[in-house]
Amino acid sequence: MFEIAEASKKSPLVLRVNGSQHHVSVEPRRTLADTLRDECGLTGTHLGCEHGVCGACTVLLDGEPVRSCLMFAVQAVGADIRTVEGMAGEDGSLHPLQEAFRTHHGLQCGFCTPGFLMLSEAVLTARADIDDAELREALSSNLCRCTGYQTIIEAVRAVRDGECSA
Amino acid sequence: MNWVGRSLRRVEDPALLRGQGSFVDDFQSQAAARFVRSPVASGIIRSVSGSAFTAADLDDDGVGEIVCGLDRPDFVKVPQPLLARDRVRYVGEPVAVVVGSTPEEAEDLAERVELDIEALPAVVDLETALADGAPVVHSEASSSNVVVEGAFATPGLRSALTSAHLVVDLEITSRRQCALPLEGRGSCARTETADGRTTLYASVQSPHMVRTGICDVLGFPEVDLRVVAPDVGGAFGQKLPLAREDAVVVWLSRRLGCSVAWVEDRVENLSAAWHSREQRYRLSAGFDADGRLLALDADLICNVGAWSCYPITWGVEPLMALAELPGPYKLREYGVRSRGVSTNTCPTSPYRGVSRPVLTLAAERLMDTAARRLGLDPVEIRHRNLVEDFPHTSPTGLVYDEGSYRPALDAAASQFDMEDFRRRQDAALKSGEPWLGVGVSTFAERTGYGTPAFAARGMSITLGYENVELEMDPSGHLVLRIGASPHGQGLRTSLSQVVADAMGVAPERVKVVCSDTDKTPYGWGSFASRSAVLAGGAAHLAARRLAGQLAQLAAEELEAASEDIVLADGRATVAGTDQGLDVSDLARIAYHQPQRMPAGLGPGLRVQEGYDPAGTFSNACHIAEVEVDPDTGGVKVRRFVVAEDAGKLINPMIVDGQIRGGVAQGIANALFEEIIYDDEGNILTTSLMDFLPPTAAEIPDIGIIHLETITDASVTGAKGLGEGGTIGAPAAVINAVNDAIAHLGVSLNEMPATPERVLAKIRSVPRLGGASIDRAKTL
Repeated sequence: MFEIAEASKKSPLVLRVNGSQHHVSVEPRRTLADTLRDECGLTGTHLGCEHGVCGACTVLLDGEPVRSCLMFAVQAVGADIRTVEGMAGEDGSLHPLQEAFRTHHGLQCGFCTPGFLMLSEAVLTARADIDDAELREALSSNLCRCTGYQTIIEAVRAVRDGECSA
Repeated sequence: MNWVGRSLRRVEDPALLRGQGSFVDDFQSQAAARFVRSPVASGIIRSVSGSAFTAADLDDDGVGEIVCGLDRPDFVKVPQPLLARDRVRYVGEPVAVVVGSTPEEAEDLAERVELDIEALPAVVDLETALADGAPVVHSEASSSNVVVEGAFATPGLRSALTSAHLVVDLEITSRRQCALPLEGRGSCARTETADGRTTLYASVQSPHMVRTGICDVLGFPEVDLRVVAPDVGGAFGQKLPLAREDAVVVWLSRRLGCSVAWVEDRVENLSAAWHSREQRYRLSAGFDADGRLLALDADLICNVGAWSCYPITWGVEPLMALAELPGPYKLREYGVRSRGVSTNTCPTSPYRGVSRPVLTLAAERLMDTAARRLGLDPVEIRHRNLVEDFPHTSPTGLVYDEGSYRPALDAAASQFDMEDFRRRQDAALKSGEPWLGVGVSTFAERTGYGTPAFAARGMSITLGYENVELEMDPSGHLVLRIGASPHGQGLRTSLSQVVADAMGVAPERVKVVCSDTDKTPYGWGSFASRSAVLAGGAAHLAARRLAGQLAQLAAEELEAASEDIVLADGRATVAGTDQGLDVSDLARIAYHQPQRMPAGLGPGLRVQEGYDPAGTFSNACHIAEVEVDPDTGGVKVRRFVVAEDAGKLINPMIVDGQIRGGVAQGIANALFEEIIYDDEGNILTTSLMDFLPPTAAEIPDIGIIHLETITDASVTGAKGLGEGGTIGAPAAVINAVNDAIAHLGVSLNEMPATPERVLAKIRSVPRLGGASIDRAKTL
């Protein structure tokens, strides 16, 4: 009943995600987000709009927060990629930001949460002493539909202020 | 130890925080479906060419149509095919579906499908749809676009209006909105070759209802379909109605014998999921000289789009507005006509608050407008009109159980500090800073209602009750299976607290199982601010009954009277003694020594309970402070205070999360978000850059005060509050914008109050010497 579209040509490439090498074979048009989710099995990175607006797909590329829906996988070759799956400690303990989000109720449905966690980590790594106004502005990069943002901001502030540790 | 009332951290969180949530798009499938959607708002389908399934294929398979309605003569019932047959009725309507091995391949295939559609004139907005000679969206079923029409009037309405000291005439407009969960809709169906049984994983609010709807339309028994709602990435009403797409996905999986997934993209979500709240109210309200509301006459119209939604129907917005417009106010004489109007736009469904954000805006604009004309303070006029005697019966017969309407108003006003605000407002006006405004909004929210309320609507599918099963296993741990289905609000945590209290165990020992039709009793799901009240009530009743059985067993073992048994800290003890047994020992006996069970009990420890109450009203007062930039018309919300009474709070942290998230959506409705169509019915707002959901930069911190009125209308004492934030916030914000521009002598009664609309109001006034106009002279 349905025809199969011509197979697009796939290229092998290696991505380094959370310290592990992933050998994948993808079409040039494949986004980093789709590759992480479908080829690497890392479905914690979510797609909310695929327009680069909502930030649910935020991952770290050499420490910088990027919209993985707006990048092709081939552009990430050679980079150090970090996703939400790499946040918790090797012993399974939650990262301080993850603890703080839980304690401050910084998540409800959890769909935007991985993106906010990665964004927050990048922000605090770059500016450990970021002030409240700048922090609010930085966190306005991403969208959340459930919380009204206040508890997300409180969670990140708590980590900045050393009030939440794993 | 009481667990109810404590802000326990959520059991839902660890997996979500680790990226181990399980959302629909995380499921693997062998094939991906892509819908080919109508590019025109109204037209005749001449042909569909390409490798696609169409309505003809569904017809060949004997697939039926989605049917539901209201039992009332004015209701127009139109059976809905899963794919458009012969006609298209809105841009985005699914006409055909293609299947590829990956979503990308399916998208490529869909591009190659050619639709030959002969365009017809479309009706898009309310005025056009109601005009004489307008094209009729469902001309085979109706002679006009009015698809539901309710009317009501008390006998003394006319004379009360005629003799009123002051009559306020207002027109209130709410532009079209979209619930916009961050995760769009989606589903994945897997059919087992061994037994032909299908499992549908779908991002929905009501898995049992979805199963019934799909099996009815596809024509196979419900036992052959299992519906699972995995983690749901927000819903807010948009995942309540049966989606045509979900039914098609099941059909494809059964026909092709493979797993098939469909995950909508954001363009589909904004243009073809469900919209809501495009409404216009014309109001005449009579007040006495003291500002008491005597009479209200209302003409309400709601643009309900191209199709009814299953099972709530396209009557929900107009009929809710009709029934609940009087709000929390004493009102004797009330007349109303309310119509649902079909158009060539995306169908509508309930969105958090349904019509109440608009009807609250209407009532609150009436109060502020009357207050201004009579020289009354906004808090004072509400004081004079709020219901104070309970139970209160509204003109339309709704019974309001006890609440704290005036205390909530006073608490919010006191926290806000009105006097200080008025000083700051005057100072800002005189110094040429952005204008400040304050807005008050009081409302009562009908929540937690069961079958009686839905039956009164005459629904062919009458929703309402909730069922649970509670079982203690041989290790003394509990599993609660609920028919309700959460969509991100932490219901499993809250219910574990309810059960823990009644059973005298820690909530960690209670596992809540939900959202899987194979594992849970039939129930309705999360909507209408009902889950904590209904599922919580049923859980409470079940736990009390099971606790009674445990006490009976303990009494037998301990040779005591069962009424002397106390369940606490995981033990059953004889009151006033140190004699006792661990509940795990009792559970062991119940399963493995059933001969020791009291007569009539066991073997095992398992109960079922249902809860089906008439409903309970929560209430709140919202106060917003805004600043308006006179040069741009931009509005910024600076402060927001909520005094909320939702009865007994099960988990205050979760409650506050519901309030804050709801208020954020209400602010979004009031200032930013709007679905826009052009005159031909093309949707212009198909990305988040167009629809403008607010970020952390636009939503202020929200101060919350709790009041706690305990009602008999809810067995746990908890009232619903999931929608309250969204219901109250728009009126508070729009009233605040009006307060900020009141010195100009203009008012704005439309939402969203975009910079363009605010600026148009500001510029409608000839400059009268700048910003130093005395406020008092404009009253």
